Amino acid sequence: MTYLSDVAALGRKDLRVELRGRDTLPAMLLFVLSALVVFHFAIPDDAGDTAAYGLLWVAIVFTALLGLARAWVPEQEHGVLEGLLLAPCDRSAIWLGKALATLAFLLASQAVALPAFVLFFEPLDMTALAGVLLADVGICAVGSLMSAMAAAGRARELLLPLLFLPLAIPLIVGGVGSAVSPDGERFLLFLLLYDAVFAVLSWASFEYVVTE
Amino acid sequence: MGLALVLALIVVPEDGDQGISQRIFYIHVPIALTAYFCFGLGALKALLLLWRGDDRYDLESYVAIHQGTIFGALTLITGAIWAKASWNVWWTWDSNQLVLFLVLFLFYCAYFMLRFSLEDGPRRARSSAVYALFGVALIPVSFLAIRLAEDFIHPTVFTREGPQMTGSIFATFLVSWAAVTLLAYVLYRVELAGKRLDADLRELREALE
Amino acid sequence: MILGREVEKRYGRKRVLRGVDIAVAAGGFAVVTGPNGSGKTTLLRLLAGLAVPSRGDLTVEVDRSRIGYLAHEPLVYRELTASENLDLFGRLYRMPERRERIGMLLERFSLWDARNERVSTYSRGMLQRLALCRTLLHEPHLLVLDEPYSALDEDGAALLDRELEALVGVSTVVVATHDPGRLEPFASGGLALA
Repeated sequence: MTYLSDVAALGRKDLRVELRGRDTLPAMLLFVLSALVVFHFAIPDDAGDTAAYGLLWVAIVFTALLGLARAWVPEQEHGVLEGLLLAPCDRSAIWLGKALATLAFLLASQAVALPAFVLFFEPLDMTALAGVLLADVGICAVGSLMSAMAAAGRARELLLPLLFLPLAIPLIVGGVGSAVSPDGERFLLFLLLYDAVFAVLSWASFEYVVTE
Repeated sequence: MGLALVLALIVVPEDGDQGISQRIFYIHVPIALTAYFCFGLGALKALLLLWRGDDRYDLESYVAIHQGTIFGALTLITGAIWAKASWNVWWTWDSNQLVLFLVLFLFYCAYFMLRFSLEDGPRRARSSAVYALFGVALIPVSFLAIRLAEDFIHPTVFTREGPQMTGSIFATFLVSWAAVTLLAYVLYRVELAGKRLDADLRELREALE
Repeated sequence: MILGREVEKRYGRKRVLRGVDIAVAAGGFAVVTGPNGSGKTTLLRLLAGLAVPSRGDLTVEVDRSRIGYLAHEPLVYRELTASENLDLFGRLYRMPERRERIGMLLERFSLWDARNERVSTYSRGMLQRLALCRTLLHEPHLLVLDEPYSALDEDGAALLDRELEALVGVSTVVVATHDPGRLEPFASGGLALA
């Protein structure tokens, strides 16, 4: 099972690099809290309760974008990505390790954001939380790939949101639906479908995005 | 190409007695279908590029997607006209078709931003191809998402007035569809030939240096 | 071991490598020279497997896991220590017993004392030496080195001389350099790019 141990080694490396550098995770935490506070002032009093859930998802997606924009930066310093590409490990393992590490950061930021949301706005039930988890997987899978694509180009901070947001729309529908709709399970199933399709697609196509 | 245009225009006056709403339908739906087809073609070329490792498919994929985006924009425009004619609003979130096209339009515009931001070469070809494949996967997933979102986004206020496809209307529709498809095909060939010519000229110039 | 005919590489419109022929026998030591922009780096990247030729045939009869490539950049993580970097690459190169080898390389390249310091604190010379450690870590059969002497001081260069001397006939080596004279004692052949 060398593939999995490669992924583990790479994922661990990402966690270690972030813990040492300590720039992305604190920024994500602060950003999501600030966003929630901004939303309090941005929503008029008579807007429905459900509007808050929509805004939660906006906050999640943009926090994720913050993290994703920085995802491949360590690989670009000193050209390390080439070092990884030279190694005999499967290229998709590089993507998987990165996606898992990004997922860890996103979950960490949500460990703060979700309680804050419940405190400031509305309660969250199990379906809603399951929706957050499932959507996180999709966000990190697709986002890691798009981030790698954008990283090769010129205006990478501008490009990533453009590439990512249309793909994130179904995730937002799934996430909000699981929180708001009485038939939340349908949305969970939908998120599962999204994850299956796009995670596999991302896993298979990473190789083509990083090689010449 | 002129023939295709004439065909497309002739079809419309045939139904002068059915009101603008009907007439736009004959153009709007074929344009939408053609856009889907172009995106599909672009994705197919992209798949061939990745599978066979031949960069020649890059240009074909790009042109197909370019056409698809143009027709996508036209879909949105004709859709807006249709909405104005039918319900007196320029936009409605109730037409799943229109919303889907809006999402796809954004997606494929990002495709061009991607190409614009990467240097010409195998990297750009491959990344574009991967993105094109994501687009095609996004079409059904987005559609499903929009259907699901109906639950909580907007209550359905407007009833959809799709025309019943009886005999002569169906025939007219088919002719219109054929005309639009032909138009798209011609535009595709013209643009592809033009771009190929550009590329060949450049290669020639390089070889002479 | 390496055989290339009419190898060409272009990035879109730019042709960076024009019709190159190359032949290196197993155990050979080839020195690649040429002015800046002649495509030395591109050729080496093709040999290392980081890119594919746009035209022509190129056969490198070595598995990816047996190639060591030294690039212009050190290819190491800034926030990790030398030990951690080499440990990671050791893992990726499937080296179950790597501790000894890592320790030995760090010693040999005078990085033992700095092994637990983050790479971000290293000088250019230290980076280059760490890069050399990374390149030699998995005992490659083919070494592709892109200007290995750059950023090395006298001592570092002497270290490298010794390493290369030990490799002659044992591994196949291809070196791109601005200073071919230095490598003359080792070289078995050369290639000059225009």
